[in-house]
Amino acid sequence: MEDLGKVAAAVSRSRREFLREATGACLGTALLGSRLRAQPGTRPRKAVVVTFGGGARDDETFMPEGRQNIPNLVGELLPRGTFFTRVVNRGILGHYVANASLATGAYETLNNFIASPPEHPTVFEYFRKELKRPASDAWVIAPSIGFERIGESQHAAYGPGLGANVVLPKRLLASAVPAGAQADYQALLHDNYESPLYRPEAGSTDLELERLTGVLKVSVSDFLANARNLESPDELSVFLARRVMQQFAPSLLWITLHDIDIAHAGTFSLYVDAIRRTDRLCAEIWKLIQSSPEYAGRTSLFVLPDFGRDSDETPGGNGFQHHRTGDARSRTTWMLAMGPDIRENVVIDRPIDSMDLVPTLGSYFGFSPQFAQGKPVGELF
Amino acid sequence: MQPSELAPEHFATYPPLARQVAVDNLEILRQLPMGFVPLLLGEVIAYDSKFPAERQEVDAQFAFMKAQRPERRREVMARFDRLTLSRDLAEVDWVKNPTEFSERLSAHLWTTSQVADFRTAAVEFLNTVRSAIPPPPPAMPRVSIVVLGQGVTKSSYPLFRKLRARGTYFSRVDPAGGLRIVLRRMSARAEQHPVPFGHWYIDGGSPNAVPPGLQTLAYRQLDPIRDAVVSKLRGLLMAGAGTEARRSALMQMRPEDLGLKGEGDERVLNYFKVTLLSEGSGVQFFSTTFVQWAAREVLRRAQPVTLLARFAPRVTERSMNASLMGSRTTSDLDAEGALVDADMGAYYTWLNQMRLTGADRSSFLIWFEDHAEALVVAPSVASGVESTQAIDLNQLLDRVGA
Repeated sequence: MEDLGKVAAAVSRSRREFLREATGACLGTALLGSRLRAQPGTRPRKAVVVTFGGGARDDETFMPEGRQNIPNLVGELLPRGTFFTRVVNRGILGHYVANASLATGAYETLNNFIASPPEHPTVFEYFRKELKRPASDAWVIAPSIGFERIGESQHAAYGPGLGANVVLPKRLLASAVPAGAQADYQALLHDNYESPLYRPEAGSTDLELERLTGVLKVSVSDFLANARNLESPDELSVFLARRVMQQFAPSLLWITLHDIDIAHAGTFSLYVDAIRRTDRLCAEIWKLIQSSPEYAGRTSLFVLPDFGRDSDETPGGNGFQHHRTGDARSRTTWMLAMGPDIRENVVIDRPIDSMDLVPTLGSYFGFSPQFAQGKPVGELF
Repeated sequence: MQPSELAPEHFATYPPLARQVAVDNLEILRQLPMGFVPLLLGEVIAYDSKFPAERQEVDAQFAFMKAQRPERRREVMARFDRLTLSRDLAEVDWVKNPTEFSERLSAHLWTTSQVADFRTAAVEFLNTVRSAIPPPPPAMPRVSIVVLGQGVTKSSYPLFRKLRARGTYFSRVDPAGGLRIVLRRMSARAEQHPVPFGHWYIDGGSPNAVPPGLQTLAYRQLDPIRDAVVSKLRGLLMAGAGTEARRSALMQMRPEDLGLKGEGDERVLNYFKVTLLSEGSGVQFFSTTFVQWAAREVLRRAQPVTLLARFAPRVTERSMNASLMGSRTTSDLDAEGALVDADMGAYYTWLNQMRLTGADRSSFLIWFEDHAEALVVAPSVASGVESTQAIDLNQLLDRVGA
């Protein structure tokens, strides 16, 4: 892991230098006091976690030549938050297993391509069980069918009945699209870029339509009309996230964006387009938080990639296309945190682990994720 | 079964050359650790369909092992030996099906956090072998040429960004007859210096003519193989096969399954075409991905002295989705997007060429087809400069020694 440490440090340095130049951000230290302890909020806190979908490299984001692809992150969001330059993922670099690990705070070893529940309790279960929150207070918007079990673990002390509601936008869409019209929505139904021919099955159409019309209060015709104007699956996810926020205002909302994983098709232009779209969607989510009376002033937003992608220099890979080598570039990412309790325009350079997110959310909300492997990030609040 | 139990009859189902290699090196195979032997057999079993350069690499590994004393062999294999393997891995029929073992081993290494250890072991081993038995230098300095931007009339995209610091940027190239000149010169080079599988032409569209002397891979000409691969994938999905099962099935596709027949060099080429399209990701749908991946695989495997890679417009993402639904369309093309893909693809092609022997003498040319922009990275030109002198393709090719 020495190689990983060296490269991660170099990547971190390049991000920090770039950020200082771009935003004038200052380097944070752990000596600053905790705003979370000093200024307890008067209203219950909320949090939105967004995974900056499907693995994005520094080269196309926080390196100088990538800056043009993330104007919203750099110009709008970073000055309002604390940025961690060195987040290391030491687990399996498959999207479902990595996102499940992020959600449990423990490196999961489940099969990336099978929809199985995580072994360790999820953040949603800790949150709901310890804080006695109803099911409507924790939601996940997940990008592909393989993520359908991410909301609830198989842990004996938690598990059934304590997890999050999981919305699978593509499955909802597949249920709503009339027979024979699937081609019109194919761009939104593309489920999994690592397996290009995989398309979501409608599942139980009646059940899915009931979720759409009965739970989310979206008519099928409105849903289809909106979907027709959307450019990508992630836009569909954000559309449904907005509905969930309006309908239930959950205190814990987890949105997994995934468009960037089009990189597996090997088309650099589509990969960069997806990064730009994800950057725009992150800004939209932040605006949505700020414009909603239920969320404004008491909500923190955490944005982080699940992991990176292979370096151009690793011979065993093919650069941006995949995340198969496990090299340092593919394991080293970043995290941006924003919110009323979080310091603004601060860059934290010390390495943190992807598994630190759940314990950090535990500190933020006041629950104890006892089976998580990470530690709360002290500098954040 | 353990490696020490290997016997000649275990290789009865191997193709002739592969069987010979395995039997000739049986004593060595018996002494190698379980974390390594099936991977080596994965190379051996494909020996008959490998390029000459790949066969040399397999031969070098055995020659190196044979030349070592037993304790040194153990030392070289120590990192592989230290890998902790699961019991079910040993139950795989890894002699007959090393690919399956390899896939399961990969999953096991990721799950048990041993991927980095394995990677270190593999890199160290290959470096040790190459240091003891250096791969032969190329028969002549390598030249790769990338032609990109077909169909783009005007673009503000800053081309060649990743390579400008390494070469000379030419901004006044006379594009007249450019492609014809490049093809003629490459063909002449191939005919003057015949090297088996040494000269290649990869085209993302349909070339008007197949240049003599060059192994040609054209995207459209491979449609029947692409269709067969996609059809097989779709069938596996309908049958409910999981991702790993689909991948395994595709990796087992053989030219004979697709009606491709031939022996000798033709067999090697047919295998290469099938693996290119069945193992590559995105190559089934995007011509730009096909050209980049094919160039990478040609360089990595055949190690040619001449490579010409010409990118063409690719279909849009929406058209890819239509293809997934079963209808092929070529009308919805994105030439500008293809230019961006190709620019990155050119950089990757240069990186892959630089990984081969003789890198310090190799040359690289990128030309924006039918336009005035080109970049040369070669020992004969300065780095990080722009040339505003008028120049034509013949003169540019002279600069790269083609």
